[in-house]
Amino acid sequence: MGFVRDVNRLKEIAKEIRKDILIMLNKAGSGHTGGSLSAVELLTALFFGKMRYNPQNPSWRERDYFILSKGHAAPLLYAILAKCGYFNHDELYELRKIGSRLQGHPDCKFTPGIEVPTGSLGQGLSMANGIALALRLDGLPGRVYVLLGDGEVQEGQIWEAAMTAAHYKIDNLCAILDNNRLQIDGWTKDVKNIEPLASKWKAFGWAVMEIDGHNFEEILAALDEAEKIKGRPTIIIARTVKGKGVSLFENKAEYHGVAPTNEELELALKELENRG
Amino acid sequence: MKKASLREAYGRTLVELGRKNKDIVVLDADLSGSTKTKMFAKEFPERFFNIGIAEQDMIGTAAGLAAAGKIPFASTFAIFATGRAWEQIRQSIAYAGLNVKIVASHGGITVGDDGGSHQAIEDVGLMRILPNMTVIVPADAIEMEQVIRTIAEYYGPVYVRGARIDFPVLYEGKDYHFKIGKGDIVREGSDITLIAMGLMVHHALEAANLLALEGIECRVVNMSTIKPIDRELIVESAAKTGIILTIEEHLITNGLGSAVCEVVCEEYPVPVKRLGIRDRFGISGKPDKLLSYFRLTPQDIAEEVKTVLQRKPRLVRAIG
Repeated sequence: MGFVRDVNRLKEIAKEIRKDILIMLNKAGSGHTGGSLSAVELLTALFFGKMRYNPQNPSWRERDYFILSKGHAAPLLYAILAKCGYFNHDELYELRKIGSRLQGHPDCKFTPGIEVPTGSLGQGLSMANGIALALRLDGLPGRVYVLLGDGEVQEGQIWEAAMTAAHYKIDNLCAILDNNRLQIDGWTKDVKNIEPLASKWKAFGWAVMEIDGHNFEEILAALDEAEKIKGRPTIIIARTVKGKGVSLFENKAEYHGVAPTNEELELALKELENRG
Repeated sequence: MKKASLREAYGRTLVELGRKNKDIVVLDADLSGSTKTKMFAKEFPERFFNIGIAEQDMIGTAAGLAAAGKIPFASTFAIFATGRAWEQIRQSIAYAGLNVKIVASHGGITVGDDGGSHQAIEDVGLMRILPNMTVIVPADAIEMEQVIRTIAEYYGPVYVRGARIDFPVLYEGKDYHFKIGKGDIVREGSDITLIAMGLMVHHALEAANLLALEGIECRVVNMSTIKPIDRELIVESAAKTGIILTIEEHLITNGLGSAVCEVVCEEYPVPVKRLGIRDRFGISGKPDKLLSYFRLTPQDIAEEVKTVLQRKPRLVRAIG
């Protein structure tokens, strides 16, 4: 598949991804709904409109790398990887089951398309730095993308890694921050305030862009722009809505780590269809 | 007695390996002068990454480098490498079996004056408990060099515990070839087996010399791989000498002694006595004074052997 830049087509893909996420979570009976739905447009734009990779040869040396630092959004990544052709769509329904390749959180031992293990928050950016440094040493063209949660930046390691990326001028790295403003215990501003995000990252030496994380034009423009920034790493701070696309789940912390029931799934799928 | 630095051996070997293999990269957390990774940094600045005082980030960065095909060696003091960054080692490295080598200096109480905060006495335990992790404690600079060469060729996570102080040289001029998972019998004897790691191998040997004057013959084993441990050699030693004394510059909990007990209990029950540090932290002092304070000198070991041997017939009878 070539790059998809047609916004209507991307919206269609995003809708299918949302349905997959909801169905797989419902079948698994557990998992993270809110934070998977908030980043659907971000990963859809990235995987279908930007990144170079080869599902037939996941270890293709010239590929771009993606790291899901907020590993609990694994259902989103699995839905994307299935759509890319890394494995069959039916396998999505094996999520979290014993013997499944689709573990509760991303595990590169089992799942093609997963680069490193994540799930324990705060560790993905360091690993992304390491990959980006290796690519630079080898003169490879690949870029490294890493999706961070906003609650996740409460982890100190994120800021250690932020300093490392700036110090080593890692410009083949682009972080995307899914700023849905909620974490398990409630609004991030109430649990432990992380703002002002943009000036924090700027102060750490990063190029910072702020966009609407559900707007494909803005996401693609930011990803293109990030590629042109040299001498420092880039972060795209994407304003998003947790649970986006299903009003039942939107902006609700209680759906951080809860899968839809049968009734909720039915309502959700209907709403997605009606929203168009 | 000739002594040599394990840290120097590490630094020197890294440089040699770096010349041959461009995939070898090195990370440190602001202690490169001490761990001797500075030698590599000087020759290959583009392949050396000082991550600053940020051990968790160092481990994560090493994991990323390994995920993209590099062979990272990450170094700092043992307690910061294994303690501060334990969960990063678990999640980012061991969980996926990534090819990262963590080579720490400053294991044990012989760190000395800096005191208990800097003396790693639980590092072997912290690493031994992790699935996929290999744990190695070299006994001298020559073995350290062989270990570094060996693990550079081996795919998978490895922890190597070095030391601040120089160790006596054990293997100079000897036909010794380190193998992961193989202990080495450095002295034969049939009355008791002393199984030791690191500096304690030398103390065990000295103790064996003292005891030989009194007619007590000790088998002494350098158990340089703590995981996977040499089960065969432990069982054979248990069968041959009927009693084992383990000696480690580490807590007796979850270190070498525990690892030996696990094998002995499961496969060939004989009495085992563990010498090491017992449920307490270290303190400041000169290394030799601390070794006396913690009763880990050759004389202490010899005394312990005599005490344990007095109990041998009774203990063996009790079991038999």
